[in-house]
Amino acid sequence: MELSGEQIQVDSLKGAQILVNSLKREGVEYIFGVNGGAAMPIFDALYDETEIKLIPMRHEQGASHAADGYARATGKVGVALATSGPGATNLVTGIATAYMDSIPMVAITGQVFTHFIGSDAFQECDVIGVTRPICKHSYLIKDCEEVADVVAEAFHIASTGKPGPVIIDIAKDAQNNEALFQYPETVDIRSYKPQVHGDPAQIAKAAALIKEAKRPMLYAGGGVVLANASEELRELTYKTQIPITVTLMGLGAFPETDPLAMEMPGMHGSCCANYAFTDADLIVAIGARFDDRVTGDLSKFAPNAKKIHIDIDASCIGKNVPVDVPIVGDAKNVLTELNKQVSTADIDPWRNQIQEWKRKYPFEYEQKVDKVMPQYVIEQIYEHYSDAIVIADVGQHQMWAAQYFKFTEPRQWLNSGGLGTMGFSLPAAIGAQLGCPDKTVVNINGDGSYIMTIQELVPAVTMKLPLKIFIINNMYLGMVRQWQELFHGKRYSAVDYHDNPDFALLAQAFGATGLRVEHTEDVVPALLKAKGITDGPVVIDFIVDEEENVFPMVPAGKGLGDVIRGLA
Amino acid sequence: MNSEKRHIFSVLVENRFGVLARVAGLFSGRGFNIDSLNVAETHDKSISQITLVTHGDAQIIEQIYHHLNRLIDVIEVTDLSTAGTHVERELVLIKVATDDPQKRTEILQVAEVFRGRVIDMKPASLVLEITGDEGKLKAAINIFNTYGILELARTGKIAMLRGSEK
Ligand SMILES: Cc1ncc(C[n+]2csc(CCOP(=O)(O)OP(=O)(O)O)c2C)c(N)n1
Ligand SMILES: [Mg+2]
Repeated sequence: MELSGEQIQVDSLKGAQILVNSLKREGVEYIFGVNGGAAMPIFDALYDETEIKLIPMRHEQGASHAADGYARATGKVGVALATSGPGATNLVTGIATAYMDSIPMVAITGQVFTHFIGSDAFQECDVIGVTRPICKHSYLIKDCEEVADVVAEAFHIASTGKPGPVIIDIAKDAQNNEALFQYPETVDIRSYKPQVHGDPAQIAKAAALIKEAKRPMLYAGGGVVLANASEELRELTYKTQIPITVTLMGLGAFPETDPLAMEMPGMHGSCCANYAFTDADLIVAIGARFDDRVTGDLSKFAPNAKKIHIDIDASCIGKNVPVDVPIVGDAKNVLTELNKQVSTADIDPWRNQIQEWKRKYPFEYEQKVDKVMPQYVIEQIYEHYSDAIVIADVGQHQMWAAQYFKFTEPRQWLNSGGLGTMGFSLPAAIGAQLGCPDKTVVNINGDGSYIMTIQELVPAVTMKLPLKIFIINNMYLGMVRQWQELFHGKRYSAVDYHDNPDFALLAQAFGATGLRVEHTEDVVPALLKAKGITDGPVVIDFIVDEEENVFPMVPAGKGLGDVIRGLA
Repeated sequence: MNSEKRHIFSVLVENRFGVLARVAGLFSGRGFNIDSLNVAETHDKSISQITLVTHGDAQIIEQIYHHLNRLIDVIEVTDLSTAGTHVERELVLIKVATDDPQKRTEILQVAEVFRGRVIDMKPASLVLEITGDEGKLKAAINIFNTYGILELARTGKIAMLRGSEK
């Protein structure tokens, strides 16, 4: 790499201090971590640090999800820190979660002394080996002279192109040894040049296809959020007046309240979006990757449609679905160019068809007597917290949140879509709240997911974070129970969570406010009460209908046209 | 839908710790095939050259190309099978049993046909070095098998585009 470094400090510094100084140069505000032997010099360097706040988490998984949540909410690089061996392996789930959703993150792990590496030393683990398939890149630092350059490269790689987690594994002697601190002003990696500008000829082809289409639809994903291209996406949609579906990862990139919005597609998506895929003659995919949860059975997916696919990652294009016009580039750049070449589409019959589907098949549920319906809870959360950042965990509650909360802004909705990591949401909410102190942060959790990382309530209480933690408690691993009900003859193997602790009492034991809601009429008062609690987290345990299912549903392996509508 | 074809990729990578593991891990993790793999430093010490022979249908080959490019340490990927005409060579060392003198003479004659060189000779065996393309090496190995191959080692293919095609 090219160095045009200016010399900042003439005295030599310990590697750990160089690391901290480098992180400051990258504008890092928070580091989420758990201490341990092989990382002690770094934690020591952070001890009297004022620019960077060290957030001690209670489990390294929490640290990596918190860094991830911070990154998703702010668009900046999140930083997690752990010791070697078990500290590093505990980070792994969070690293994989960030990798699957392309979240910019730097995970720093202490490593045993250089001369111990490879000897099965105490708390030694080949972190580079373990994380190789779940990170964008990784570095092992054995020499303190490398620290500054590696940090600069790591942040550059994590945040550019298709973002992703980068691991810095640093041996303890490299943390202790001294070197001069010289931070590179620019980073130039000869083997890493992301293609951000789309091919003009391809963009022109796309514009021509859009003009000809009679039944076109836009299909936008998380890539639009990552590229901060929501404005350009809105411009494209408004200019062409083409109906749009936004995936689970992209929710909020286009306002779901708009008449052109068909809501999310796929397994638990809207019938409208799924029928539109099946009938469309043109699909414009933007930062979306034709995931199996979106397409259903590929042989039945969008049989009549030409496909334009805009993606920063060439390997995503044509991976699952053959594409007619591939455009490799950054969504923001490509859409800016495309927007210059499009105009209102002359497709009134198609728009009318879409409106009819929307009218006929909204998300709906049956209000059972004497039950708190989970969907009703979400509707009321939307009613009272429509501006909040909403972070869901994984399961039925996640799907209901995606369906019944109407997202209008990018980075308003955070969830582990790719890896589907239970336990993601509470620590991620901590990161999001720290990154966006002026926002209300709502955590919609499941009873099963919540308890997987419940220990992170401790730092939330300590920091007095005003998190609204709403548990949709069905006393089951509900999503799995639903599949067992539908496909395994109701054999409820290992999903019964009636032995859940009393989450309201437990919250109080943690020092948070804990409320329990068992009746529909208590839902709104509890939500209003939670609004008023601003000096720490509030946990509301909503005891909901136990065996309610998520509909619509496209059973795994079926085509989108075979969607089970549920009620209708 | 497509038929499977053999492809030779020439991959220039940073000559750095762990790069081979990243390339090999990509193939095993995504279920791509490696038929042969050769790695060595180039004339520029900071760069290594990987020659990788694989097979798959057009879609898989395209995926391999893009995924190799996605690795941060990969400087350049060329699919030699589509980029132009190329030359390819592989070197094999064969240790053949030569228990009786009669047989030894015969083996030396056969080696001559393949332009093989004797690089070690012991009373009961000799080691031959043969260079060539896939077809030639296959033929040589088949023949020497009839005399009894004691040991065999091959480099895996190396290849490059002809003339000024690059
Ligand atoms: C770490 C992890 N383990 C297992 C699963 C499989 N899984 C997917 S959804 C789900 C149930 C989640 O239960 P809960 O949090 O109570 O949410 P609910 O579906 O009941 O709303 C399970 C076990 C997973 N996604 N992640
Ligand atoms: Mg549950």
